[in-house]
Amino acid sequence: MIDHADFWDNAPAGHLVLTTDGQIVDVNATLVGWLGRPAQALRGTSFAELLTVGGRIHYETHFVPLLRMTGSLKGVTVDMRTADGSRLPMFLTANVKRATAASPEVWRVTAVDATDRRTYERELLAQRRRAEHEQERARVFANTLRGSLRPPILAPPEGLEAADYYHTASPDDVGGDFYDLFPLSPHTWGFFLGDVAGKGVDAAVVTVLTRHVLRSAAVSDDDPVQVLNNLNTVLLQQMGIAPNRLCTVVYGNLTRSGDGFDVDLASAGHLPPMLLGGDGNAYFADTMGGQAVGMIARPRFFSTRIHLAPGDTLVLYTDGLTEARTGTGTERYDDGGALLRFVRAHTPGSAARIVDALRGLLERMGDGVEDDAAVLAFGVPRQAHHQR
Amino acid sequence: MGVEARNNIQVVGAAGAPVLLLCHGFGCDQNIWRPIVDRLSSRFQIVLMDHVGAGASDPAAWDAGKYSQLSGYASDVVEILRELDLRDVVFVGHSVAAMIGALAAIVAPERFDKLIMVTPSPRYVDDGDYRGGFSEADIDELLESLDANYLGWSHAMAPVIMGNPERPDLHAVLDAAFCRTDPACARVFARTTFLSDNRSDLAKVGVATLIIECADDVIAPRTVGAYVHEQIPDSRLVTLDAQGHCPHVSDPDATATAIAAFAAPARP
Repeated sequence: MIDHADFWDNAPAGHLVLTTDGQIVDVNATLVGWLGRPAQALRGTSFAELLTVGGRIHYETHFVPLLRMTGSLKGVTVDMRTADGSRLPMFLTANVKRATAASPEVWRVTAVDATDRRTYERELLAQRRRAEHEQERARVFANTLRGSLRPPILAPPEGLEAADYYHTASPDDVGGDFYDLFPLSPHTWGFFLGDVAGKGVDAAVVTVLTRHVLRSAAVSDDDPVQVLNNLNTVLLQQMGIAPNRLCTVVYGNLTRSGDGFDVDLASAGHLPPMLLGGDGNAYFADTMGGQAVGMIARPRFFSTRIHLAPGDTLVLYTDGLTEARTGTGTERYDDGGALLRFVRAHTPGSAARIVDALRGLLERMGDGVEDDAAVLAFGVPRQAHHQR
Repeated sequence: MGVEARNNIQVVGAAGAPVLLLCHGFGCDQNIWRPIVDRLSSRFQIVLMDHVGAGASDPAAWDAGKYSQLSGYASDVVEILRELDLRDVVFVGHSVAAMIGALAAIVAPERFDKLIMVTPSPRYVDDGDYRGGFSEADIDELLESLDANYLGWSHAMAPVIMGNPERPDLHAVLDAAFCRTDPACARVFARTTFLSDNRSDLAKVGVATLIIECADDVIAPRTVGAYVHEQIPDSRLVTLDAQGHCPHVSDPDATATAIAAFAAPARP
């Protein structure tokens, strides 16, 4: 025979029966012992009065509505106050016994000691808060660092319109993409766009170095190929950056010429820029090939000269765009030449319009864009020519 | 982002009937109004919303700065009324949402017909002669209690709520996440709610107001109900013979009757 009365009173848990107003109808011996209050003093009082005042607010605004609406309350923790004023962390569960002809609705409540559980929950919570804090720090750090790898503002010459967009794939990581457009002399402007292997802090270190070297080398050399040679030499000399030394980049100079600009380009293994012609045709500027910098002592770079006439726009980009995933498989966005088709559909187009369109494309691909992507475009506006 | 998605707007009830906007307070979400919706949806068009940070509101809309002031929640209410182009609305706010409604009605009175405050309090913490019922230490205890339930109440750990065979009248198919607000957001909402002081705003409420209080409510005691009634110029006070802070859940019949009588009084 099971002694139910004994089980009610002496189970290793506190048991209560409450009215639907939260008044204590009965309480078992275990809880009476824990609370240090006699059963007769507890009967008829409000269960909420056993809780801390602040805990009572939580009880009234969450626990009671939950119990009333769903008929059960699972696993909430409260602090109960004992007769001597100390607090008992408790783990509460409750359910509802429906009214019958003979008896009104009551709530069955079971409380178990949650002291140990509370201790490790507190520890877990502290760890979680620390992790959230660290993550936020990493995000701010990455954001600041990312900002420093891009020019705060593009400085194109008069008569040239420029636009740029940097797509951040992960808010708490830094990609190795970089670009700039800057004046060198009253007649010449320099520009570059490239991508350092890898990501994170190591890649950022190389990116900062690369930007710095390119800006300095551009001052002393007119020849884009020589600028890239200087970069290669520095990257090979620099110790301790081996895994991120590899870098693909397009460097070029812009010189005013006739009704537009001449562009002298050199490519170190980077994706070919695209030219959006004022005549409506779009094609890759002929800089296929060339070797990346940071690999070997005497790399071959590819160089070419093109002319930007009114209506023409040149677009440079990184492989975050071409390598974006487009499905669940291994397909990448540019596997079948999709980028050139996309750009052709926007030709002729100004720098601002094509950058805007590519920004839209990147945003639509969403999580498929796994790496940061940079886009830099500049072109000679048609209107400016007509006004002249 | 539209307000419909941001605040998980749901519209139910009788099209063309007078509009009730039901606005939940601290704790739970719009589902807490189900007993009232069941009783009033044949006579009113009912608009339900979740505050940002609660229920099925858009998590991306969360902004700890904006929502650390009640005016942040109130500006959302005004945006909802404007974007849905609701006029002559009877706003029903529970607990702190009563003050959110008051702030919204002060900003955009042209959208409001009436205000119904269910167990309101303009200030929960005692101040001089004013008795809100709590001390700042009590509010710290509440935050502790929220923290103590932080892990168990995360969305990730929300259990599936099953029907209760003993109580078939209860809402068996409540969203499994009912009442399980994001603990970080709940913490901000708790501080905003319980450390707010809107006593000086009450006199600026220019629409007819009904205050519904409970006979025995530790969070908004009767002295506070009387204070709100005294401060709002055109107001009426109804005291329900109910216990606790949520009469719309514990006494839905009496609460729905009081709301309906004030929102759409029988024509003579």
